Amino acid sequence: MTATIPIHCTVNGRPRELAVAAHHTLLEALRDDLGLTGTKECCLVGECGACTVILNGRIVDSCLVLAAEADGGTVLTVEGLAVDGRLSPLQQAFLDTGAAQCGFCIPGQLLAAHALLALTPHPDRAEVEEGLAGNLCRCAGYEQIIEAVLRAAETPAGDTHAAEPPTARQAASDPAATPDASVAPQ
Amino acid sequence: MRPFTYERPTSLGEALRILDAHGSASVLAGGTDLIIRLRDGTVRPEVVVDLKAIEERDDGLHERDGRLVIGGWAVMTDIAADARVRRDFTALAEAAQVVGSAQIRNRATLAGNICNASPAADTAPALLVYGAEVVAIGSGGTRRIPIDDFFIGPGRTALGAGEIVTAIELPLPASRRGGVHLRRTRRRGHDLASVTLACAVMDDGHARLAYGSVGPRPLLVTDDSGVLADATASAQARDLLLDRLLEAASPSPRSMRASPAYRLAMLRVLALRAADIAARRVAGGAAA
Repeated sequence: MTATIPIHCTVNGRPRELAVAAHHTLLEALRDDLGLTGTKECCLVGECGACTVILNGRIVDSCLVLAAEADGGTVLTVEGLAVDGRLSPLQQAFLDTGAAQCGFCIPGQLLAAHALLALTPHPDRAEVEEGLAGNLCRCAGYEQIIEAVLRAAETPAGDTHAAEPPTARQAASDPAATPDASVAPQ
Repeated sequence: MRPFTYERPTSLGEALRILDAHGSASVLAGGTDLIIRLRDGTVRPEVVVDLKAIEERDDGLHERDGRLVIGGWAVMTDIAADARVRRDFTALAEAAQVVGSAQIRNRATLAGNICNASPAADTAPALLVYGAEVVAIGSGGTRRIPIDDFFIGPGRTALGAGEIVTAIELPLPASRRGGVHLRRTRRRGHDLASVTLACAVMDDGHARLAYGSVGPRPLLVTDDSGVLADATASAQARDLLLDRLLEAASPSPRSMRASPAYRLAMLRVLALRAADIAARRVAGGAAA
């Protein structure tokens, strides 16, 4: 019952081999096995979105995905958004608008917004609200978060970035520049 | 989460053999309900059988023999975005679009939503008004189950042990039809429904109405008089009709989301509103 399952997946552009317990989630694998603690554990029932990551190009609540289900998949976490040590335009917009208060929900908000802009490069306010409806902010910083996403969509650099599918972005990013590079391969 | 064995069969046959061999097995598709239950211990299987590596899996939508076939692996995001669903089965597209959040809709399958058999399942009323059939395979073969026979009670369906839903099929409309899904939640955004309801009106005025979250299973009723879909009918006539159409609603007094009185009041409001919207849509030329 406690035997581990070997999985192979690409996390933030870097191929990873892991041995995961059947009953462990992708969230646990990211945080505990890979040390990628930017992805947050919170409600564990798929309501808050703090654990949001992009799996195979789509946002998911990583607390509701078994680690074994990510076998063969491509995962993007908040640690993979910056390229060559530079914040993505979306991250910069969050900084510029003061969207992060306590910061706990921000990794999930960023990934939900990143996926939204990849599909809808010029969303209106309603589309941003719907795209981020699965991400709660207990500081209630929604106005600044929405403003940040709309601002990122306006900037030409934001367009370029957002228009690229997440998988292409991950492939293009230099794994050595991402924080998880400091974690030894499992 | 309690430990379990994880199996990822690559064929339907292998999946059915695994399910037959274990008395205590859970089937995993999107996992958005199952993993919550595995974690809180309300489900304690020895084996979790992940269906997503099965070669015969169908996660698409296809037209076949006068029907729209929604693959058992199709997720809410793709169903809500499908042009044929939006045109011919508008209530289903609208319902799929409000299930959970984008994160949930990217994982949750329509098959999983009906197998979970929540009384509040948002897609259930739409499937009822459109006369869906559930295609299920088991070691005894494949069978088709009318959706109205599929739902038994909270968490209970007509599926036998070891049966897997491989598709949900919807007959294409023979004539013009208007459809809509409406619901009442406690807050905007991501929430479970206190009332969830779908209505389809045919071009001859016949109406089909289905409602959930007001009893142990979603219910389907029909109106052949044309009064429900007639906004010019007297308020008294429509009230009398609604008394009959909604009499089977029996909201649980133990639910925390809303009181029975509130649900019954909102059910009436939403039923009339949905009938009017569906009637306007059929008049406006929509095919849904």
